[in-house]
Amino acid sequence: MSYHVVVCAGIVPDPLQSLEPVTGPAGPALKNEAMLPAVLDPWAGHALFEAANLVKQQAGSKLWLVSLGPKAKLQQVMMKVAQKVPFEFVAIDGSASGFTDSAAVAEALAGAITAIPGLDQNRLLVFGGWESASRAAGATLQMVGERLGISEQFQGVDSLTVGADDAFEILERIEGGRHQVSVCAGPPAVVGWATGSLREPANNPQLGMTNMRSLMPALQKAAPAAIPSAGTFARVAVPSQRRETRIVKDWTPEAIAKDIAEWIRQ
Amino acid sequence: MSILLLAHVDTDGSLAKPALEALGAAKELAAGLSVPFDVGLVGGTADAAAVQIGSCGAAQVFGVCAPELTEARYGTDAAAAEAVARVSGADIILVPGTSRWMRVVAGVAQRLGGRVDTHVTECAAAGAEVSVTRWYYKQRIEGVLTRQERPLVLAIEPGTRAPWAGAPSAMAVTPVDVVVPAGRTRVVGVRAPASGEATVRPDAELLLVAGAGWTKKQADGAPHVADAERLILAFLAGARASLGGSKSLVDQSGDGQAVLPFMTHVNQVGQTGASPRHRKGLATCCHGEEPHVVGWRFIGERRAVNLNPNCGWAQGKADVLYVADAFEVMAKVNELLG
Ligand SMILES: Cc1cc2nc3c(=O)[nH]c(=O)nc-3n(C[C@H](O)[C@H](O)[C@H](O)COP(=O)(O)OP(=O)(O)OC[C@H]3O[C@@H](n4cnc5c(N)ncnc54)[C@H](O)[C@@H]3O)c2cc1C
Repeated sequence: MSYHVVVCAGIVPDPLQSLEPVTGPAGPALKNEAMLPAVLDPWAGHALFEAANLVKQQAGSKLWLVSLGPKAKLQQVMMKVAQKVPFEFVAIDGSASGFTDSAAVAEALAGAITAIPGLDQNRLLVFGGWESASRAAGATLQMVGERLGISEQFQGVDSLTVGADDAFEILERIEGGRHQVSVCAGPPAVVGWATGSLREPANNPQLGMTNMRSLMPALQKAAPAAIPSAGTFARVAVPSQRRETRIVKDWTPEAIAKDIAEWIRQ
Repeated sequence: MSILLLAHVDTDGSLAKPALEALGAAKELAAGLSVPFDVGLVGGTADAAAVQIGSCGAAQVFGVCAPELTEARYGTDAAAAEAVARVSGADIILVPGTSRWMRVVAGVAQRLGGRVDTHVTECAAAGAEVSVTRWYYKQRIEGVLTRQERPLVLAIEPGTRAPWAGAPSAMAVTPVDVVVPAGRTRVVGVRAPASGEATVRPDAELLLVAGAGWTKKQADGAPHVADAERLILAFLAGARASLGGSKSLVDQSGDGQAVLPFMTHVNQVGQTGASPRHRKGLATCCHGEEPHVVGWRFIGERRAVNLNPNCGWAQGKADVLYVADAFEVMAKVNELLG
């Protein structure tokens, strides 16, 4: 069973950075956004690793990575990602901000996917993270799927297992830490990944060199996309989360346990 | 302007808490804008659910019913939601942000030529506009926005407001015809966590977070994973708590280390995990680093037990930090809760 897997993965600020919103003429943004180090969006990263694993196992399959972000930032992040798994890169030059409109992002992504030469839409699996670490809405992939006419869609996926026939079994996260199990008769489908089950692959510099051959030309010909703000923002703020921490030292375990038990019962 | 609340009916025919919360939001928004609101029910049957909310003040209750709609599936749910949205002609569509609606709402907005906002913590009338509050960058930045595009579909985050409560009352259901697409997806069922133990309990008062410290070498130079397992499970039972984990702990299952078998990625709290809502949270053997603590945004009171007085919790992230050995403390807590 061969697949054409397209992973939609954005880039987000490194989670260890502190973020401060600022409001500009085009809507809200992050202070020093251009300077903040970026990483591949974590859940989309899981989607990429799962995709690479699937493509490796299913002979004749191909993997593309489609990413929308400011060109220079994409280049920085992809230098690292290129060392992880083999893929062909498709870049769109535009804002990676979380305050932009998911519908506009979906339009740009779906356009880029449709334009991939040789893509077999009947064998297509569109992968991505079930939510980004920027907008954190879980909206874009569904809209991409709709634009591509795909109505087999799954979100919060932790496992996709290809069966003997063309069908695959999918596990999606639902409430209470449980999974819904479905069987999809075959592609095309949209799969929004949660964590999956694979570790991040180790860096492979040689693979990085191979990927660079598609990376640099893709970045050079990245089409610009104007992605508007999601709406009119009345306010963007980081509410103070700082608490006055009472540090309890040198108490016996019994005394601490009593304090905790009383607090739980309150 | 008109408003529609879309809810899915549970397999027992009733509406669950998240649906009643979203109903409360729809009713309040309609009152704020001085416009009527409709309800759309999607499921196997709608009659009992309509009676359950019969006194809510909805102008009309639409029902989209088919055997296929007893199951959560993109193709069928999207078709049902689209059909009722078109019949109602609503400008603002509210849904509870359950896993079932979160799978389809954006696709439905796309079909309707509208827009979507999810994880909405507040939606209110602002003059003739609808102002929407939600979080960006994984609970780090809160934004309040208005949009011009219609319809606007809003997924109300479960647990952010009180459920609508009212007496059952007779309510006629206006059926909406829908051609349920055959599709290529068959729902097989639900798989419980590997341990067979439901440790993620969204309705619990208290969240217990276990960190990687539980599996690390202790003062005697050895790890005590079996003790950790016993202590944590006893606490969950005694306090009826929900269990969360740090990334470092849940990642261990992939590392071939001695692990806590009931901890998986669905328990993970933080940047790449969940941001659960509980009144209280107790962190144990967890360092309280920023990528973890962003998942605590919606935890009311926070306490932590850690050996290290300089851990992240001490830096204004918890209300109380107990500097102590969690093995000793939790054994005593369990005795008291027992
Ligand atoms: C992109 C990215 C995303 C991330 N997402 C997440 C996320 O979603 N969730 C998350 O949790 N982390 C996340 N992290 C990782 C995060 O930065 C930390 O590495 C992680 O939270 C550390 O887990 P921990 O505190 O359990 O483990 P450790 O850092 O190993 O801390 C163990 C703690 O246990 C304490 N301890 C040990 N024994 C005892 C004892 N007997 N009694 C009391 N205390 C004891 C130690 O003092 C220590 O503080 C992310 C990181 C990155 C880069």
